[in-house]
Amino acid sequence: MAKANFEENMENLEKIVAELEKGDLNLEKSVEKFEEGIKLSKECNKMLEDAEKKITILLKQGDEIEENNFEANE
Amino acid sequence: MNYENIAVSVTELNQYIKNKIASDEALSNIIVKGEISNFKHHYTGHMYFTLKDENSLIKCIMFKTYAEKLDFTPKDGMKVFVVGGVSVFERDGIYQIYVKAMKEDGIGALYRKYEELKRELEAEGLFSEEHKKTIPKMPKIIGVLTSQTGSVIRDIINVSTRRNPNVYIRLLPVPVQGEDAAPKIVQAIRLMNEKKLADVIILARGGGSLEDLWPFNEEIVAHAIYESELPIISAVGHETDFTIADFVADLRAPTPSAAAELAVPDMYEVKQRILQSENRLKLALSKKLEIMKLRFEKCMNSKVMKDPYRIVQDNYVRIDSYIKEMEHQIQNKTQKEKSKYIELVSKLDALSPLKTLTRGYSLIEKDGKLVKSTKELETGDKIQIRLTDGKKEAQIT
Repeated sequence: MAKANFEENMENLEKIVAELEKGDLNLEKSVEKFEEGIKLSKECNKMLEDAEKKITILLKQGDEIEENNFEANE
Repeated sequence: MNYENIAVSVTELNQYIKNKIASDEALSNIIVKGEISNFKHHYTGHMYFTLKDENSLIKCIMFKTYAEKLDFTPKDGMKVFVVGGVSVFERDGIYQIYVKAMKEDGIGALYRKYEELKRELEAEGLFSEEHKKTIPKMPKIIGVLTSQTGSVIRDIINVSTRRNPNVYIRLLPVPVQGEDAAPKIVQAIRLMNEKKLADVIILARGGGSLEDLWPFNEEIVAHAIYESELPIISAVGHETDFTIADFVADLRAPTPSAAAELAVPDMYEVKQRILQSENRLKLALSKKLEIMKLRFEKCMNSKVMKDPYRIVQDNYVRIDSYIKEMEHQIQNKTQKEKSKYIELVSKLDALSPLKTLTRGYSLIEKDGKLVKSTKELETGDKIQIRLTDGKKEAQIT
């Protein structure tokens, strides 16, 4: 399964919340959706925590591009 | 003649002249156009120059606080407008313009060119809303095209990291001013697209004169932005500066900092949104459970569940009443039949000969048969006489 990106996860999460809030689902389905939603929110959080700060500068070396850390000078 | 009493000192004269000039409102706030010459940028930060035209010249001074705000570097021969006030420098006895602001002349022609290109590109459809791509809500990599020095990239990094401490920014440095800026910007946009180096691009430059910003008004830049598959946020100049690039870009930010705000989601907000969703999920489920519980309780409180024998009892009562009803009916019938029987019996009684016998009548039988006529009897026949209390034998004589 292709890994959903953050936006898709977030959208799905919000869709599930709306569905569950409507209250039309039976109890079994509600619990199922609830678990799915919690799983998505955990995934979203994990995606955010997995991100790493990177500030780089791209420099052309002939046809190649070199990516170096960039420090903005004050 | 003694002049001593009427002479004024040089200082007094210059003070007098200074006051005269200072009291003239027209001179205290004036716009003058001319050409710069003898330009000197002193190490203190102040600028000294003269402003001249064909026939005349005037000294000018621009103090550091004002000079710092200039969006271009004045040079000898440059045609400018200066804004300031005329005052006297008493020490040297000269009057000069104390410049507060300066703007380059010659903007008119450039501005016309800008308007013309803008109209042309608009007609070509380069500014059309339908063509504009949406800016991703959660871009993984923010590509920045700007100068690698200066405050623009610094502002973008500062705002971005404040909003998302784990932001990923890729700077592809480009010149943002001068002749080769436009082709370099075009190359950079194409490179970002070819190698998919970012999810969104910020094309930025600090404030400047129309000439400084000119690369962002070039047709090739406009087309490169239009053709870019990666969404582009433009942030060129100040809030009041509009370049062609701003019109073509998918989103225009008033400043580079604002561009960073538009490109980088605020992590605090995003986390709040996730948390809120989680809370809403929990609340919705517990509400569902509560409703189910209420429904269950309602069932449990219903008559059948609370007193299940009640129905049976009710039915017993009904059966009992049916039986009673039946009994009653039967009794009734019996009663009726009985009275009918009594009536019949009494009728029968009335017809019975036995009753007649009690009144003194008797019956005569011969050989067990009732004798109704004398003709049936002959002398010597044996007969039985039935009286009310019994029979007696007799013989006809």
